[in-house]
Amino acid sequence: MNAQIAAILAMDGIATGAIYVLIGIGFVLIFAVTRVIYVPFGDIAAFTALTLAALETGHVPGTVGLVIGLAVLATLLEVAARLRARRLGGLPRAMLLTLVLPLVPVLAAWLAAGRDLGMAGRVALSLALIMPVAPLLDRIVFRPVADASVLLLLTVAVVLHFGLVGLGLLFFGPEGVRTQPLTDAMFTVGGMNFSVQTLLIVAASIVFSGLLFLFFEFTLAGKALRATAANPTGARLMGIRPATTSTIAYVLASLLAGISGILIAPVTTIFYDSGFLIGLKAFVGAIIGAMASYPLTAAGAIFVGLLESFASFWSSDFKDAIVFGVLIPVLLWRSLGFRESEEETEE
Amino acid sequence: MALLSLENLWVSYGKVEAVRGVSLAIEPGEIVTVIGPNGAGKTTLLSAAMGLLPSRGAMTFDGVDLRRLDIEARVERGFCLVPETRELFANMSVADNLLLGGYARRRDAAGRRRALDEVMERFPRLAERRTQPAGTLSGGERQMLALGRALMARPRLLLLDEPSLGLAPLIVREVFHIIASLHGLGVAILLVEQNARAALETADTGHVLEAGEIVHSGPAAALMNDPKVAASYLGGR
Repeated sequence: MNAQIAAILAMDGIATGAIYVLIGIGFVLIFAVTRVIYVPFGDIAAFTALTLAALETGHVPGTVGLVIGLAVLATLLEVAARLRARRLGGLPRAMLLTLVLPLVPVLAAWLAAGRDLGMAGRVALSLALIMPVAPLLDRIVFRPVADASVLLLLTVAVVLHFGLVGLGLLFFGPEGVRTQPLTDAMFTVGGMNFSVQTLLIVAASIVFSGLLFLFFEFTLAGKALRATAANPTGARLMGIRPATTSTIAYVLASLLAGISGILIAPVTTIFYDSGFLIGLKAFVGAIIGAMASYPLTAAGAIFVGLLESFASFWSSDFKDAIVFGVLIPVLLWRSLGFRESEEETEE
Repeated sequence: MALLSLENLWVSYGKVEAVRGVSLAIEPGEIVTVIGPNGAGKTTLLSAAMGLLPSRGAMTFDGVDLRRLDIEARVERGFCLVPETRELFANMSVADNLLLGGYARRRDAAGRRRALDEVMERFPRLAERRTQPAGTLSGGERQMLALGRALMARPRLLLLDEPSLGLAPLIVREVFHIIASLHGLGVAILLVEQNARAALETADTGHVLEAGEIVHSGPAAALMNDPKVAASYLGGR
């Protein structure tokens, strides 16, 4: 390997890592607020890619059926829960959130079928279609067991992942898709060619991580999310509803997953079940960040991307084995770190 | 009409009845204290009133059946608890803790800013430390932050659970001073305390809770002079 190949591999690795950064940060965000290790998170990214591909070919994407089904189910559950608790006062607002809002992008997708929206329009519509999925699933699946242990929530998340893969096959079909590149442009630095696409991926990752940081630091809703993550009881006593914060967390995380799906769609062929592996690699990044630190998660995700890139150069067959093999020493190292920090807090 | 009324309230942990048929009422702006030994069910009583624990019996706040309101809806109506454990957001700054205290009034940005100024004026120590993480405050400052944070919601009724717990005597006096001064804001207070003397000196009405039941009730001054109460709770004067 010479320096030039190393530079290309590094660039490639950083671009892949940047995609994992967005998903990894989403993992940490959802875990912090809801204590759910959201296994199906990669599926959300894959579904966004499949949605974008369907819009490109002028079809109504399968997401439409998925969102309608989830919205109706969530609304029925909401009505039933409110009837039982005799708290019908907030029903119109709840209906607006679980039924009307999710159906707005669905309607837009129908109206747009067969029309050329342009790249930006298709991307925006794909994101709008995917954003209600995770919050609605939260309402249907996780809210009834919100107080359960982390292990039980994880088990539910694994089951949900398999359910979603099945739904993915049903709504999107078995064909793999690859979308048009966001841009073909290239640029040259030091005699080496880089695609603007790569640059775009890294830039999107930085911009959206940055926006999330600003949201957490400077808005009341962002602070409410941090408060819920740090002290759920204290947050409730301030009037911060866990249901509201988890919905916000899922919407934001879905946006991150959706963006990563859109970034990955032109560079990799995506199938209905491709999400798991993408999610798992980003999860390694989140583990390096101990499911708690956003900067460490971002660094871990970039590390995974680099490792994957170099591993595929050395042995393409074993690249996944190498990436996940690294998880073991990392887990050992982190568990030692955990023990130390626990001892510190006991003192 | 009473601001808060509890009638025949029962709370159990499994088979153990921790609160056994307690009834009490608080008028607007009144300070009511519940004193009693450790394990009498004082914290349980407050937790049940707040909705943190399931209970049996009737509870109304300002004429509204409390069972129809979840914790957050109670807070939005000005019904706030400052728990024994304070439940501060340790990693967040003093200012952020206070801002979150105003979350229930999130649609009233101007009112929140005004409330923040008032709290900072009332607690100059918090103003000095506004950028400091709440976890680095001293015990007394934490209690002030917990009180200030609750005031940000413009409460009509504050439930205070052991506000003097773990504080140095000098700080305890300061905290009770603050509680008495809240009277002037028209805030009704339900104060649960082991420090019976300080509590009765501050309150209008007092109740003595023993083994989950109210055994004495009356004007706070009368309870202070009741020989039985004095013997058990005021250091046998």
